Amino acid sequence: MDTLVAQLQRQFRDYTISLYHQGFLDDQFTELKKLQDECSPDFVAEVVSLFFEDCEKLIGNMARALDQTGNVDFSLVGSSVHQLKGSSSSVGAKRVKGLCVTFKECCDSQSFEGCVRCLQQVDIEYKSLKAKLQDLFNLEQQIVQAGGRIPQVDI
Amino acid sequence: YYYSSMAKDGGVSCLRSSEMLNVGIGGMEPPPLDLDEVHVLAVDDSLVDRIVIERLLRITSCKVTAVDSGWRALEFLGLDNDKASDEFDKLKVDMIITDYCMPGMTGYELLKKIKESSSFRQVPVVIMSSENVLTRIDRCLEEGAEDFLLKPVKLADVKRLRSCLTGDVKLSNGNKRKLPEDSVSVDTSLPPPPLSLTFSTNSSDSSPPLSPVEVFSSPLSSPEDDDDVLTSSPEGSPMSEESPIRRQKMGSPGLD
Repeated sequence: MDTLVAQLQRQFRDYTISLYHQGFLDDQFTELKKLQDECSPDFVAEVVSLFFEDCEKLIGNMARALDQTGNVDFSLVGSSVHQLKGSSSSVGAKRVKGLCVTFKECCDSQSFEGCVRCLQQVDIEYKSLKAKLQDLFNLEQQIVQAGGRIPQVDI
Repeated sequence: YYYSSMAKDGGVSCLRSSEMLNVGIGGMEPPPLDLDEVHVLAVDDSLVDRIVIERLLRITSCKVTAVDSGWRALEFLGLDNDKASDEFDKLKVDMIITDYCMPGMTGYELLKKIKESSSFRQVPVVIMSSENVLTRIDRCLEEGAEDFLLKPVKLADVKRLRSCLTGDVKLSNGNKRKLPEDSVSVDTSLPPPPLSLTFSTNSSDSSPPLSPVEVFSSPLSSPEDDDDVLTSSPEGSPMSEESPIRRQKMGSPGLD
């Protein structure tokens, strides 16, 4: 019979793998995990938290710019998209980054509908990732609280 | 010489080497007396990227000063004005790593300004960019950039840079600047350190610097060993919002 720790560890492993396989995370997230240690045990959580704050801010900027009916500054939207693409790339938020590529194209071709659609998708996507990573971090916490170690997951 | 390090509670301060043993700023323990440590100035307008590059550098045993723009970088280096000074203090900067795409001043423009300066032209400058544009890379290398890193930057990239730095035994002794009174930035919630800014060294250009400056500590692990985590700087890496102080202040989001 599996111990609680073993069950949690398996859950954690499976969940982590699924996040990569479903394209939510890429190897840059793995890189971030390498930077975490006993001195900085919450490094990944802190960085992604800053990333999500960044998402909120930039999406707000984009929404405001797109709201200027008849007078949308697509280069302004584009520059926010560029920033979002950069930070999503830095944390391994693969789907968000992919959406930013499409979004940038819509900005470049000054497609209002395209931009609005992309904005909605990016908003949904970052929130979805945020929830999933929260679940992952909760699993980590449960493992530690149950006295276990967080397994290294090789993707 | 002046030496910038991270305080536990988020302040960034510059300490004179002779005072490092004695100073205690707020809750910060005096940094270990390792004058050999590599000091890197990191420049990036993205907060997320600054946090990541700072961590990457610290985990490879570098001291880091992170700023959010080319202007702040020049300010930090004392290159933001043309005032000639008779008194020179040594600001120890062993490498500058900068993002290419930044509002205001691009990394390329910053590179040019650094290479035009007599004090810092010897300092290796590394450019980071999310875009793999050959003409951009060539332009930077032609202007004297040491290396060009494609973002997102990985631990292996920084380890490689770090091992190149320690391989280069000749530490630039041309890093001199005068620090004006108001350039010592400390977290405003901390009492200012008891620094006196008149610092007389045997710093005529022709004489060699103090010997510790020339000695590099060897890398703590092999550059190819990706699974090894090198010891990071003793303090944790607190992070916080930008503050108006000159140097990038970092504090932990959870602690603010």
